[in-house]
Amino acid sequence: MKDAGLTTLPGPAATAEAVARRSRGKLVAMLGARTRDLAPAEDALADAFAAALASWPQQGVPANPEGQRLVRAKSRIRQAGIPFAVPALAELPARLAAVLDAVYACYAEAWCDPAGTDARRTNLADEALWLASLVASLLPVEPEALGLLSLMLHSHARRAARRDDAGRYVPLAAQDTRRWDARMLAEAERLLHRAAALALAPGAGLQRLGRFQLEAAIQSAHGARRFTGVADWPAILALYDALLRLTASPVVALNRAVALAEVAGPAAGLAALDALAGDARLADHQPTWAARADLLQRLGRGAEAVVAYDRAIGLEADPAVRAFLLQRRAASG
Amino acid sequence: MQYLLMIYSDEAAEATMSEADAQAEVAAYKADAGAMAQAGVLVGGERLRPTSDATSVRIRGGKTELLNGPYADTREQLGGYFMVEVPDLDAALHWAARCPTAPHGTIEVRPVWPM
Repeated sequence: MKDAGLTTLPGPAATAEAVARRSRGKLVAMLGARTRDLAPAEDALADAFAAALASWPQQGVPANPEGQRLVRAKSRIRQAGIPFAVPALAELPARLAAVLDAVYACYAEAWCDPAGTDARRTNLADEALWLASLVASLLPVEPEALGLLSLMLHSHARRAARRDDAGRYVPLAAQDTRRWDARMLAEAERLLHRAAALALAPGAGLQRLGRFQLEAAIQSAHGARRFTGVADWPAILALYDALLRLTASPVVALNRAVALAEVAGPAAGLAALDALAGDARLADHQPTWAARADLLQRLGRGAEAVVAYDRAIGLEADPAVRAFLLQRRAASG
Repeated sequence: MQYLLMIYSDEAAEATMSEADAQAEVAAYKADAGAMAQAGVLVGGERLRPTSDATSVRIRGGKTELLNGPYADTREQLGGYFMVEVPDLDAALHWAARCPTAPHGTIEVRPVWPM
């Protein structure tokens, strides 16, 4: 009964599904760009998929299944009389920043579920990574597109290390680097180097060095711990300085203060935090208080550390991080 | 805009919680209320004794009836509340998500209907 030669060959239905998984997003994006409306693009594509599932088993899988789908979906859009316009090349730079921001926001939302227990959010992270790869593959000479993908891969590579075997939260500095995904980090480094080569090429112009490349470089400097045992804090501080000049973001200023504490000591870091104390945008931001508590604790000011830990605990929604903060609070009291 | 955050959880599960976990939960709630107060959004809030201590009152046919126990016998029971004053529902939902009960119970967020 068993015929290994034949049973290992994927059937047309399996091929149709594989193509659907691999190329559905790309095809929707291509069709949606024409119609400026995703719903009809998805409808047209669903129609094309259905036709493929009906005809491939009889006629065999075509040499270029994606291309065949696209032709079929396009013709349906034409028949429906849907108007379309392809954005002009000149519109690209202004649109790119918004696209990259949206992809990163999508990833950041998924990042809120580090344990990966929420399937919808896990899918969101995969979707964001896929979108970032797509943008980078479509714009291979755009350093910020490469920078974003590098940044996301750096974060994603550390996913398994953010919790220990008992499900407890592990902060970046305490993570077991053997749990980082080395292959993903290598790809992140490759992308970052390519972005830097493009951004720093003669005549490229300074505006090509952007937020995502700097953030990816910061993650790369954290990743140096794999080889040297310590993060490259002086580089991290210099990169946060550059990022702060570029974005003027209070969260960046906060991270810079944390990096300063590693380079110049907890007192210097706390002074930098004090300078930010009046910023209302940081007041209900958990890391503001966790960072302050940690520095106070290191300076031997336990009672003040407890107050700051309480504020951080009250602002945290993730139970694993809250448990971690409660533990740190108990240790400083 | 005022919102009531109603905190529902499984009383039976909480009764079997270890002493350390129960203490951590109380500490987390104190921190939570403190952060709300510091942010200037806390109007009020209390923890409630278990539903075994509840008495329900109603008048039927002119007679007052007293029933021992909660109004609705559900798997998760109202165990406490916060009243917050925030600009919009999004802000109220953020504070609800920070309640230590949110990961294992449910926080029902209801806008107050001003009279």
